[in-house]
Amino acid sequence: MKMMWCGLVGWIDDRFPLTELWNEHLAKYYAPKNFNFWYYFGSLAILVLVIQLLSGIWLAMSYKPAADLAFGSVEYIMREVNWGWLIRYMHSTGASFFFIVVYLHMFRGLIYGSYKGKRELIWLLGMGIYLVLMAEAFMGYLLPWGQMSFWGAQVIISLFGAIPFGIGDALALWIRGDYVVSDATLNRFFALHVVALPLALLGLVVFHIMALHQIGSNNPDGVEIKSNKDEDGIPRDGIPFHPYYTVKDLKGAVVFLFLFAIVVFFIPEFGGWFLESDNFEPANPLKTPAHIVPLWYFTPFYAILRAIPNKLTGVIAMGLAIFMLFVLPWLDRHPVKSIRYRSALFKLLVMLFAVTFVVLGYLGTRVPTALYSELGIRMGELYFSFFIIMWVYGQDRRPAFYFNTFLVVLVALLCIDWIRYDPSKGALMWKSLLMPLVYHVVFLLAPVFTSLNESRPVPERVVFK
Amino acid sequence: MTARDSMKCLACSLALVTAFALASPKALATGGGIRLLNAEVDLGDRAALQRGAKLFVNYCLSCHSASFMRYQRMGRDLGLSDEQVKKNLLFAGKKLGDQMTVAMRADDAKKWFGKAPPDLSVIARARGENWLYTYLMTFYEDPNRPVGTNNLVFDGVGMPDVLSELRGSQVLRAHAAPEGQEAEGKEPPGPRSVNETLQLERAGLMSPAEFRRAMKDLTGFLVYLGEPAKLERYRVGGWVLLFLVIFYWLCRGLYKEYWKDVH
Amino acid sequence: MSYAGVSRGRRRFLTGTVTVVGAVGTVFTAVPFVLSWQPSERARALGAPVQVDIGKLEPGSRVIVKWQGKPVWIVRRTRDVLEELPAHDGQLRDPSSNESIQPAYARNEVRALKPEYLVLVGICTHLGCSPQYVRAGQGGQFNLPAGWRGFFCPCHGSKFDLAGRVYQGVPAPTNLTVPPYRFISDSLVEIGADATQGAA
Repeated sequence: MKMMWCGLVGWIDDRFPLTELWNEHLAKYYAPKNFNFWYYFGSLAILVLVIQLLSGIWLAMSYKPAADLAFGSVEYIMREVNWGWLIRYMHSTGASFFFIVVYLHMFRGLIYGSYKGKRELIWLLGMGIYLVLMAEAFMGYLLPWGQMSFWGAQVIISLFGAIPFGIGDALALWIRGDYVVSDATLNRFFALHVVALPLALLGLVVFHIMALHQIGSNNPDGVEIKSNKDEDGIPRDGIPFHPYYTVKDLKGAVVFLFLFAIVVFFIPEFGGWFLESDNFEPANPLKTPAHIVPLWYFTPFYAILRAIPNKLTGVIAMGLAIFMLFVLPWLDRHPVKSIRYRSALFKLLVMLFAVTFVVLGYLGTRVPTALYSELGIRMGELYFSFFIIMWVYGQDRRPAFYFNTFLVVLVALLCIDWIRYDPSKGALMWKSLLMPLVYHVVFLLAPVFTSLNESRPVPERVVFK
Repeated sequence: MTARDSMKCLACSLALVTAFALASPKALATGGGIRLLNAEVDLGDRAALQRGAKLFVNYCLSCHSASFMRYQRMGRDLGLSDEQVKKNLLFAGKKLGDQMTVAMRADDAKKWFGKAPPDLSVIARARGENWLYTYLMTFYEDPNRPVGTNNLVFDGVGMPDVLSELRGSQVLRAHAAPEGQEAEGKEPPGPRSVNETLQLERAGLMSPAEFRRAMKDLTGFLVYLGEPAKLERYRVGGWVLLFLVIFYWLCRGLYKEYWKDVH
Repeated sequence: MSYAGVSRGRRRFLTGTVTVVGAVGTVFTAVPFVLSWQPSERARALGAPVQVDIGKLEPGSRVIVKWQGKPVWIVRRTRDVLEELPAHDGQLRDPSSNESIQPAYARNEVRALKPEYLVLVGICTHLGCSPQYVRAGQGGQFNLPAGWRGFFCPCHGSKFDLAGRVYQGVPAPTNLTVPPYRFISDSLVEIGADATQGAA
């Protein structure tokens, strides 16, 4: 039996680098031995991708991408296709879980500096995956052809209309294939969602992993394991991915599937966050819902868009917010990779960023009252401030640098407030100015007067508990 | 970030997530300033669902379709035989395997009612059970409306009060001001209760208690109609979770065994 | 990488158990996907049994209904047709219906529950065209012998008698299929369901 197997593998190896690939990427790919909880999300992202591909292909067998048939075909799947309801819920839940996993995966990159050194390309490819994923989710959401599908698409596509000099309107028309979101738009979004974008996604994921394996994985201590090899050339702090991480990721996958199953079988709508109630009303081009909300994973950027009353500036701000993530490797140049060894202020900075992102997301779902609107703007300012501080902290700075930066930021904040000054909100604006003000006082002035911005020495070897 | 920090993070996230799960992204359970009544739907109560089905077929199906549902499937799910469905729930010209559509044409409907009566297959998922129940309970006489009636949670509704023969007719209480007429200088009042706002003027064929029961049955049926697979998904889900717990225990054993190697 | 004293056996056992349970889980997960290909509720509803009122069917006439997307014929045969059936056994490929598809109650000389009514799926067993019903004297248009009656398929010339049995020397290999059916009353027949198997 074993001989037959070896014979077969040998035959393939003569014609295809099977064993070579197996060793290079699994059995002899040495990963740091100190991976923690945050390191599950890469393999989980692959798992969710597979779930989405399978459930998506099966849905496409019964779904009808025509404006007059789409809504009905989804209900047909839910009621009349054997087990159709399960496949549908897997796909809708999978979409939200995909973003939960991806956001946590990105956050890991942030806290452990996994974009530093020669890993910028891994980060860029990952950001490419994130963009394609957002486009994929956006197009997928149009397909059920409910009220929220239709109007969400209408609003987002009209954002392209913000581009001046007549380009915007022509562009929006070209994207839609019609004067409003219609059957033409639905059909092409279906083709892109089922074929084009999944192919792009798969390609990017393969490149992402290849780029990772070229350099080797980072770890929670930010210590490069390849700088400490034994006499056989094997990193002392590395362990082969297979069997150690295959077995660990399997455990993680089961926990994930447990949480996934809870949602799929017991709360697929998740209180309206994963399946919006408005989307159970067929699309009606003549009736706009009272409250148009994109799905939760878009809401942080939607909040930034809405915070600025000018359409074009809002779109630019939203684009900039995403762009800032792309250039993170070039903003954060600090030699210490992992948050474990960076300063107390840096830890606070990152935690505040996470909070800002979540609060922005929440604001994106609310009706923009005066208070929420103002809060949106201030949170947006904090969002962008994060990147400024990241850059400032990138190396040791003289006190003058901190003071100057603080002054520039203060002037910018006041300019923004002056441009958008509205006498009816004067008191609110003054009070809320405290938010970015205190933020910058802490992050730009505390380093001068305290030792809170000093990083700790990084160990030689990884810390394994 | 130590493992402890990660755990704290996880706990915080789970707390946040639960908070979100409870607070839906839409405005919470008020419909136009009225505190919604509790529909108390129990999908396991087949008798209630059967009564609801009968009410639906007799009072709703003449104008509203439920075109994503088939008669035969509904009978099966509700525990009725094909014969019972044919006798009690199936109308002239319809076959058991047919979908529950109506004869009224959309353009006729628009002419008569101003708007085509919407299909009710997934109305419970779009509006929510408490909203639907309150809607069915709060029709009242309103001479200002062309149909003669209005509704507390759906102001200006084009649907006539088809249930008045069972409920009787209701009117606004004397002190209950319609929306928008608050006393000067006062804060807008919080959500009003239905009892404070409406009173029964003329009795119908059912007592108030019977009618409440009937509307709960009808609402329950509409919830079933919105997602017939709901009870099945709970049932299958239980087994899936059990399997995953056992499988996790095995995987963890395997993991620990291999990781004995790593120091 | 392994430490001294590693229990190979224990590892193999655990790996084996996880593999087996995992495989079971995978199969259970695959089941809904595979079953989703089975005919949906809609297909089953559209393929449900069809009831036909034959109270007004004239002797010698045929009525056609659609069942599971296929044409089904009900022919009210006259006595002389029935008496003539055994006579052409010699010209038929399968006079006793050994090769063709029919319910047990139609595996007889007349290929029917009640001799008077013939129920057939009107699809030629050659390549799927729907044959014509040829009464006596109507065969001329197809160059058939005068007085010939039966079912004639114009696509490739297959011929069947008035029990749906195929003649020799024609492309069709077997007799016309008899679907499951039953009589609800003397004038009401239900295609697609019978006493033995319920709805087909």
